[in-house]
This record gives sequence, structure tokens and C-alpha cells, in this order.
Amino acid sequence: MSLLVYTENWDGKFKKLSFELITYARKVADQLGTEVSVVSIGNVADDELLKLGSYGADKILKVEDDRLNVLINRAYSSIITQVADNINADIVLFAHNFSGKAIAPRVAVKLKAGAVTGVTNVPSSLDPFTVKKMVFTNKAYADVIVKSSKKVLTLFQNSLGVEENPKPAAIEVFTPKLDDDDFKTKVTETKKITGKVLLTDAEVVVSGGRGMKNPDNWKPLEELAEVLGAATACSRPVSDEGWRPHEEHVGQTGKIIAPNLYFALGISGAIQHLGGVSSSKHIVAVNTDKDAPIFESADYGIVGDVHKVLPELVSKIKELKASQG
Amino acid sequence: MKILVCISNVPDTTTKIRFTDNDTKFDAAGVQWIINPWDELALTRALELKEGSGGAIEKISVINVGSKDTEPTLRKALAIGADDAIRIDAEPQDAYFVASQLAEYLKANPFDIMLCGIDSSDYNGSLVGGMLSELLDLPSVSSVSKINMDGENIILNREIDGGSETLETTVPFVAIVQKGIALEPRIPSMRGIMMARKKPLEVKPAVETEALTEFAGFELPPPKAKCKMVDAENVNELVELLHNEAKVI
Ligand SMILES: Cc1cc2nc3c(=O)[nH]c(=O)nc-3n(C[C@H](O)[C@H](O)[C@H](O)COP(=O)(O)OP(=O)(O)OC[C@H]3O[C@@H](n4cnc5c(N)ncnc54)[C@H](O)[C@@H]3O)c2cc1C
Repeated sequence: MSLLVYTENWDGKFKKLSFELITYARKVADQLGTEVSVVSIGNVADDELLKLGSYGADKILKVEDDRLNVLINRAYSSIITQVADNINADIVLFAHNFSGKAIAPRVAVKLKAGAVTGVTNVPSSLDPFTVKKMVFTNKAYADVIVKSSKKVLTLFQNSLGVEENPKPAAIEVFTPKLDDDDFKTKVTETKKITGKVLLTDAEVVVSGGRGMKNPDNWKPLEELAEVLGAATACSRPVSDEGWRPHEEHVGQTGKIIAPNLYFALGISGAIQHLGGVSSSKHIVAVNTDKDAPIFESADYGIVGDVHKVLPELVSKIKELKASQG
Repeated sequence: MKILVCISNVPDTTTKIRFTDNDTKFDAAGVQWIINPWDELALTRALELKEGSGGAIEKISVINVGSKDTEPTLRKALAIGADDAIRIDAEPQDAYFVASQLAEYLKANPFDIMLCGIDSSDYNGSLVGGMLSELLDLPSVSSVSKINMDGENIILNREIDGGSETLETTVPFVAIVQKGIALEPRIPSMRGIMMARKKPLEVKPAVETEALTEFAGFELPPPKAKCKMVDAENVNELVELLHNEAKVI
């Protein structure tokens, strides 16, 4: 058995997500008694690549090509499959994020591998190979058996956390075969959001709903996010109304997130909203309606007016932070 | 030009999820079935593109791999405005099985643009669109939040971590779509519902393929502990609980 992990980079850097993925890979590799091989695509400096060794990567295969600084599904899946064939990988791992969802299914077909996406734990059994995943948008979990000899998994973020497990990782250059057909899709423009904690990276998320009443009321919410180093989010009607940018929308038809702490401020807790946030480790709800369904899913609640509670919350957390120095 | 929208038939988003047969099967008793929300938005966008194309897009078709029970969902897609529907007669077993059925059909009946949703709200696979593109050896773009046509050119927007990208691609291709692709799903009109009855719904036999995965069992999340309520006049107590008890701030 051998195992391959694809680690995405963001302008040449890895994120916590990458380290969580390697942590997961290490655990699975230990179950199987094998190595963790990693494929990295795009320009990443060796000292950055070596960071993956701290979490348990044994071997890092790097593929560098200027055409590969943006995600091209066909080219990327071809490369990852070539590496998988080269090291004879039985399991290929991805993150369950934009790029993972884009390339894992293509790699699965190339390898004729059964694929399980959004996996939340290490395999509960190796024979038959069985892993757990979320289904029905956070309403249930399933144990899925992969029947094929090759397997593709994508790991749901913030499922297991990050653990150090230093290995003397070796870096090798891998030169794939690519042809023009792999580049029929061209990226013509990239827009980046700057100066904000990204929802997909955040450990703490501060989210506002229709109870915030109007977009001018977001100042204290943003301030709370700032003191906590949190990302901002919102319910669907809030993004539909254009009060907040669409990338902040969480829920069944927005982003599915699992931060350590989620603040639901003036959010009723509709089932479609909860689908996106109920895997959060802790939920705090502030709502004027004591019967709002959000309180059934929350760990901590305040029945009250968000416009009064929020500024108070900001000042108390500032005091706490100040006392911590 | 022809556009195909792949339709997943899923339980209504408010469905209370239950399992039967010793928690090995989804309990479909009393469930209302709908077009998967993403697929409904994809269909809406396909219709908008057709209407704005000045005749360049001749036809919007919808396709589903499913048993006869899914026909009301396909009829709804026809009522919303699709021109015809195809049902591949098989119980969907896993994403690979579904994508293989679609690919076999499409090899014989090619389309220029194939749209799939980023995720099916039942088993949350996010796989069928990508698998289909690979089986057909075509370009794919995932997390697509906008599709526009400028004459022959197709311009796509996709969401990336912390931003968005604009892409151009050649036809045929598969777009896997998400939020933003259309604002609101289109609702069938009375006339649409009448017309849908007469629109073609072709049933095709399934081809021989295997599933590579199977569900061994299901479980519901453990019940949530009761919410700890804090008085609105005592916000500091919440801060202390988050700091000392939950240890999250
Ligand atoms: C197919 C489908 C998909 C959907 N997908 C999503 C999704 O992905 N994400 C999503 O969020 N929704 C989604 N929805 C919509 C969902 O059903 C709800 O309509 C939505 O979540 C409600 O948003 P809200 O909680 O902000 O607003 P509301 O339901 O209007 O709730 C506002 C809340 O604010 C409280 N409030 C009012 N004033 C104050 C105040 N001053 N202080 C404190 N609290 C106050 C009210 O008591 C109320 O509970 C979807 C719906 C469908 C049908």
C-alpha cells in the first residue's frame, strides 16, 4: 500500500489546511504501514515544502511549470495521476475545498478509484476499507465502503486538527508529460480579496442575519471579528439583499464551514442555514426571539437585541484581551 | 448549440432525515422530492443564456439517472422551461455509476455545454460533474459562479479561496456550478406546467457499469446538549464561559 497527498499552495505558501491534510495522511499511512508521499504543483520554495515534513511527509515530489500557477483541472489531474502511477499509490488524498472538488473526481476516474469526499475521520476499517463522511448537508453521517483497490479521498476541513510528527522529508523534482489539450481552459483574470480573514481559513466566524436590520449595522460585527481575528459570514437573505458580499454566505447553498466558534447574530437558524454551520465546535446565538430554532443548535445563547449585545460583547472581549496582555 | 443540465432528484431541504433497515438505508417514506438546488439554478441560467442567444442556443435538455419515481422532478424541470428530458433508467448507486451512465449517453448524443451542480444535497459527493468531464475527456471548470457568452466565446467566473477568476474555455466542456450562477431559481408558470406534459421525456436503458463505493450504514449526529442561556444584561458571563469553559477565545 502506498499513499499520495496533493497539497495546494497559495502564492507559494501552505496553510493550516495543508498541514491538517498531512496530519491526516500520516495517520492513515501509519495504519497501512506505509510512507506519505506528497505532490506539490506550482512554484513553492524548498524551505516551504520542508514544512510538510514537520507533520509527517516522507517524500515530496515537486512539479514546477509556469503554466501551472493557476488551477487547470485537466492538467492538474493528469499530473497527479502520473505521480500516483509512478509511486504506485493506492490512496490519493485531497482537501475538500475548491481545488480538491475540482480535481479529485477526475483523478478518481483516471485511476478507476472509488472516491469518498468530505471524509471526517481516519478509516474505521482497512478491509473492507471504510471511512466516515457527512451526508444530507450535515444532517447525518455515513460509513462508506470503497470496493476498488485504488481510493480517492477528500478530507473535510477542521475534522482532526494539526499534529506535528517530524520526518526528514526528501524533495524530488517530478517532470510530468503535458500536452496542449490539457490547457484548453485559460485563466484571464484573477481577483483577490485582501485584508480579510478568509471564511475557509477561520477558526472563529462572526455571522449576521436579517436581524441585523440593515447593512449599516455591520460595523460592530466587523469589530467583533477584528478583535477575535475572525472571519465574517452571513445568512442567505443578507447576501441576496446585497448587504454583504456573496462569498460570506454560509449554509446549504453557500459555504459549509466547521470553525471552532461560530457567532449567529440575528439569525433564526433555518434548517438550510444550519446545514452549513452545525459542524462548528461551539455556536453562540444572539436573538430577540427566545423560541428561535437557532437556540436548539447553539451551545451558548442570549435572548436580546443584537444591537445592544454586540457593542457590549466587543468591549468585554477587548477587556479580556487587554488583561491577557 | 445545445446545453444539457444534469438533474439530481433530492429530498426537500427541510426533510427530517431518517434511516431504515438497521440504519443502512435512507427512509424515503413521506419525503417530498425536489430538483437539487444547484441544478435548479443551473437550469435557470441555461434558460437565460438560451433566451439571450438570438437562436444560437437551440435547445436545453435535462437528464437524470434514476427510477421512474424521479419523473415528477424531470417534469418540473420541463415546466420551468427545459425543452426535453432524458431519464436513464437505473437506481443511482454511486457517483462513478451515475457519471458513467451520463457519459455513455453523451458519447452517442453530444452536447456543447454540460452543467452539473457542485454538490447533490443528499450524499454531498461533489463528484459527478468532474467524473463526467474525465470520462468524456473534456475540459471542466468547477465552482463556477457566472457563465456568460460573447458570441462564440464562453466566459466563466469561478470562486477560488479568497477571490475569483475569469476563465475562457473551448466547447464542449463541463461546468460545475455553485452560488451566483443565477440569482433565484425560476418558478414554473401555469402555462409551463401545461406544456411540460407534452414535452418529450425519453427513457433510456442503463448500461452495464459498476459502483466503486457503497454505503455501509448511516447515523444521525449525537443530540446537542441544552443551550446555556446568559442574561442580556450580563454579557461578561458569556465572555467568561467562552474563555474558561469552551476555551475558544
Ligand atoms: C433551497 C433553499 C436553500 C437555502 N439555503 C440557505 C443557505 O445556504 N443559508 C441560509 O442562511 N439560508 C438558506 N435558505 C434560507 C433559509 O430558509 C432562511 O430563510 C434564512 O436562513 C433566514 O435568514 P435569517 O436567519 O438571516 O433571517 P430570518 O429568518 O428573517 O431571521 C432573522 C432573525 O433575527 C432575529 N432578530 C430580529 N431582530 C433582532 C434583533 N434586533 N436582535 C437580535 N435578533 C433579532 C429574529 O428573531 C429572527 O430569528 C435556503 C432556503 C431554501 C428554500
